[in-house]
Amino acid sequence: MSGVRIGNGCGFWGDNLDAPILLARDGRLDYLTLEYLAELTMSILALQKQRDPQAGYATDFLDVLDRLTPILQAQPQLKIVTNAGGMNPAACAAKARAILDKAGLANRKIATVSGDDLLPRLDAILAAGQNLANQDTGEPLTSVRQRVVSANAYLGAHPIADALNLGAAIVITGRVADASLTLGPAVHALGWQWNDWDRLAAGSVAGHVIECGAQATGGLWCNWRDCPDLANVGYPIAEMNEGGSFAVSKPPNSGGAVNIETISEQLLYEVGDPAAYMTPDVVADFTSVQLKQTGQDEVRIDKVRGKPATNTYKVSISYRDGFMASGTLVLLGPDAVAKARLCGQMILDRLKRAGFTLDRSNIEVLGAGAVAPGVIATAGAPAEVVLRVSVHDSRKAAVERFSKEFAPLVTSGTPGVTGYTTGRPPVREVFAYWPALIAKNLVQAEVRVEP
Amino acid sequence: MSDTIALSDIAHGRSGDKGNHANIAVIAYQPAGFAWLREHLTAEVVAKYFAPLGPSKVVRYEAANLLAVNFMLHDVLAGGASRSLRIDTQGKTLALALLQMAIDRPPNYGNMTRTTHA
Repeated sequence: MSGVRIGNGCGFWGDNLDAPILLARDGRLDYLTLEYLAELTMSILALQKQRDPQAGYATDFLDVLDRLTPILQAQPQLKIVTNAGGMNPAACAAKARAILDKAGLANRKIATVSGDDLLPRLDAILAAGQNLANQDTGEPLTSVRQRVVSANAYLGAHPIADALNLGAAIVITGRVADASLTLGPAVHALGWQWNDWDRLAAGSVAGHVIECGAQATGGLWCNWRDCPDLANVGYPIAEMNEGGSFAVSKPPNSGGAVNIETISEQLLYEVGDPAAYMTPDVVADFTSVQLKQTGQDEVRIDKVRGKPATNTYKVSISYRDGFMASGTLVLLGPDAVAKARLCGQMILDRLKRAGFTLDRSNIEVLGAGAVAPGVIATAGAPAEVVLRVSVHDSRKAAVERFSKEFAPLVTSGTPGVTGYTTGRPPVREVFAYWPALIAKNLVQAEVRVEP
Repeated sequence: MSDTIALSDIAHGRSGDKGNHANIAVIAYQPAGFAWLREHLTAEVVAKYFAPLGPSKVVRYEAANLLAVNFMLHDVLAGGASRSLRIDTQGKTLALALLQMAIDRPPNYGNMTRTTHA
């Protein structure tokens, strides 16, 4: 008996737009997951929703869904689980409904998962004695409360499985843990119990491995020279069996690679203690896991162990933190590095002359060991470098003035200045990240089959 | 024959961000290489290597089943994805930076290099 096949066709908002289509077409999937929400995406979506009550979700998903409709016609079993709902799953679902109806798929149910948005009752939560302290610094949220733009708990797999149990063919969630997008369908399809920690851990590890899309199938692989046809990289599929062992693969005739190296690299990506990988659903132990190459581009993952989940949800909070911009110029040698440093300093000096001493600034000379500054140095003088200057200030006017100081260097800088073709660098508002925890009993996930 | 090799001759890896912290996984190609990592690639060595980035703390974890050591470098991203002024806001390149570390060629180096090709 083969298990349930779950493929992830989108690792972040901005990922390749053809990947979900190709994966759904060729992957023989039961479930297609699509992940859109980076840590800071929610702050942008929250502001969009403030301006327009019908906005605040990942709009890319609707284009993808529209392109997926012929595949959904041809594969009636295929279901989609996505966190594209962002700050507004209901509005996203309404648009998705219209797309399905128009494509003759009126019989496919759409369900939403919400309850992650804590902003409307943030003060009540603080009053109830949850101080939502910053996990890194210990500071209580009250210190930035007035500047908070979004606050979302990472919900787990339970409401997703509930939505599928209600017959949903498409589940659109707000903020859920990335791994839960995979665990939810696995629990639903395989009938696992919510205290079967080893199986829940296996489903979460599967979700972790595939959540970043091509990073499991050859993307970022250190031995990239061995990676065939990365341009056509196949997105990852986890085929999970009832016992909690699963195989990671990719569609036939796609590029990329699935092997012990690519899977090991991705297993440990963004992981702290590998013996205690925490999700809302379980604490997974990666140190028990066994990897085995079981075929061309197929790795089996076995012996995942889990421990009971904690009694808290992680909360991702964002707050307004001033303005930033960064711009670039190119400097040709000789002495490209020295000239770049001088030009960068001129920008900051001219700002000072104009009355702006900025809160934070950084001059980087790309091509001269700036990416890991002071750690990796270049040997010899580079033929040319990219000067990159970045600033952060609480005053928008100061950052706007900064963005106007690049062009003057074309005539008043050192010889060898070029590459000023992209116009003034854009000024963007900064939303700083505040990680916190909240007691699970203060958060109620809501599952709704949408009309 | 050179007396030093690069860490990348015996290991591969990947790095990423957790807020203002970064993790770097270093994965040996062979059990002998993992034994070397375990003994020599300590939290102190990694902290010293990345001292210019100002980590407040480096913690090492082991995953022997994956032949891997995993490092958490605290406060090393100059503010992290949302507010860092560096080009690599998320520490994506830190693994490659670490893998370029020069190390003394171990006596049993021949048992540590990559043999299988995908």
